[in-house]
Amino acid sequence: MRNGLLTVFKKELARFFSDKRMVFSTVLLPGLMIYLLYSLMGSAIMNKFSADETTPPLVAVFGSSDAVEPMLSQSVRLADFAAKEDAMDAVRAQTLDALVVFPEDFDAAVSAYEIGSSAAPNVAIYYNSTSSDSQAAYTLLDELFSGYEATLCNKFDINAGGVGYDLASDTDETSSFFSMLLPMLLMMFLFSGCMSVAPEAIAGEKERGTIATLLITPISRSQIALGKIMALSVIALLSAASSAVGTILSLPKLMSGAGSISGSLYSASDYLLLAAVIASTVLLLVALISIVSAFAKTIKEAQTLVTPLMLVVMFLGITAMFGNRASGNSAVYLIPLYNSVQSMVSILTFDISALHLLLTVGSNLVYALLGTLVLTRMFRNEKIIFSK
Amino acid sequence: MEEILKVEHLSKSFRLSAKQQRLEKTGEKIRRAVNDISFCAYRGEIFGLLGPNGAGKTTTMRMLATLIRPDSGDAFLDGASIVTQETEVRSKLAFLTGELKLEDCFTPDYLFNFFSDLHGIEPTVRDRRKQELFSRFGIDEFAQTKLADLSHGMKQKVSIAVSIVHDPNIIIFDEPTNGLDVLTAKAVTDYLLELKQRGKTILISTHIFSLIEKVCDRVGVLIGGKMVLCDTLAAVCAGKSLEDRFFDLYAETAGAEQ
Repeated sequence: MRNGLLTVFKKELARFFSDKRMVFSTVLLPGLMIYLLYSLMGSAIMNKFSADETTPPLVAVFGSSDAVEPMLSQSVRLADFAAKEDAMDAVRAQTLDALVVFPEDFDAAVSAYEIGSSAAPNVAIYYNSTSSDSQAAYTLLDELFSGYEATLCNKFDINAGGVGYDLASDTDETSSFFSMLLPMLLMMFLFSGCMSVAPEAIAGEKERGTIATLLITPISRSQIALGKIMALSVIALLSAASSAVGTILSLPKLMSGAGSISGSLYSASDYLLLAAVIASTVLLLVALISIVSAFAKTIKEAQTLVTPLMLVVMFLGITAMFGNRASGNSAVYLIPLYNSVQSMVSILTFDISALHLLLTVGSNLVYALLGTLVLTRMFRNEKIIFSK
Repeated sequence: MEEILKVEHLSKSFRLSAKQQRLEKTGEKIRRAVNDISFCAYRGEIFGLLGPNGAGKTTTMRMLATLIRPDSGDAFLDGASIVTQETEVRSKLAFLTGELKLEDCFTPDYLFNFFSDLHGIEPTVRDRRKQELFSRFGIDEFAQTKLADLSHGMKQKVSIAVSIVHDPNIIIFDEPTNGLDVLTAKAVTDYLLELKQRGKTILISTHIFSLIEKVCDRVGVLIGGKMVLCDTLAAVCAGKSLEDRFFDLYAETAGAEQ
């Protein structure tokens, strides 16, 4: 009887792992889906927005400018078209990347123009925004003409050359990126991991009538509650780990444009701190979802009742996206779930303090323990156990 | 005769929800499910609780199994109080009802081991008892088959086997043969008699007169939450069939209440 907790713990794990479909959909599928989805999104984004950089864009030019044409011929391939309309049709058909039309006597008009005197000479660049190559050609031509325009009255530069002025380190960029995105994703993964098992183990037992069978054995209600919460936490952690691994493996593919971002900047101790916060958060989430599930008569009802809690967790996760740094106020680290988000942010921004970490993990464990006591009381409540 | 189960002035009321009041077309907010009942059962006898639906049989049994707490009164199982010694009571009794189910995803073998662990039974004792019970109920060949793949009758046999892993002295069966096919029902009935021969005390609740007449030594008749009669089977029947006698009692009680 002393091992009642362990027996219930092992039974819950056995129940989960005996159902291969459940194991696949809860542990393997989330990570796999996230990996495939993010990787596909990354490739789709790359295909959509990356132009062919190996070949210069094909551009037709009507009208002339002695000043601009040498620059143009260095940057683009020039195409011959008899009529402007034919070139525009080719741009529409995406066989030509862009069409440049100079006004008559462009160079002379530019020389004679005085700022504010009348309408400035206009160079028209026709392009097709649905083609990434045409879009890239437009950007190139726009930069080229803007550069030429700047040389006509160049009095000073801002960040000439453009390189070396951003003093942010790779570490700063990585921490900023991960601290904005990962707390929200992790909270969502943790919650969905708990959601996939807790209603089944609590409301499901009521629905099937198996909870009473357990309650008439000599082990205490608290052992049953704690055994269940611990087993469910292990399963939820496996599910969350699967999602987190899928995310970490696929993020480089999703963010393939941002080369300096890499999870390898974090040390093993950073990951351990994150694991401590995650483990305590899972215990609390499982306790909360178990309590809500105990009120429900069926698994379906439990899932409906848990929805408001899911919205709260989502909202708390999203708060990490606003604000670069975690709060310095120690009281914040006592607020259930919000403390987890703040601690994750501070770990990911290399800004965690021992006090805040202890407050977060400690308070989460205390809340989880209180939740277990509440669940124990609920298991003693005949109205809850035999509610029809 | 040794008194092994003693019930003293047990009462239990439930608050009726607005929905229940509407469904039952009643204005009463509190339903007295069990009203000051007292009875006892002796070692080595089968005691039958007889009553129509809603008479308070299941509520009484749930109180005896410590699943719900009485509002007042107490009961003692082998000397242990259901109010103050819940854990001891649970280790002394087996409780089986149609509403108590086993998880379909496990095998009989796993469930037997699981409940044995919860009762703190040594593995050697457990294995010997498992062999004995599985053989007695013909579960051996299905020991490694998931419950989901077993027939209803076989599931009921597994339920009985795992509920008595700890070889309790008091066995409470709520509607033991309800919904069973004739062969399984006979196997269960025979086993009740076998347990009685071995000195176990069995409390069954049922509304099947023939079952009571076949296996019970003494009978308590529950109507409207009250114990209207409690005596030996012969004394309760008073020369009539149990069915006739029950309807006489029912008419008298209903008449008295009106």
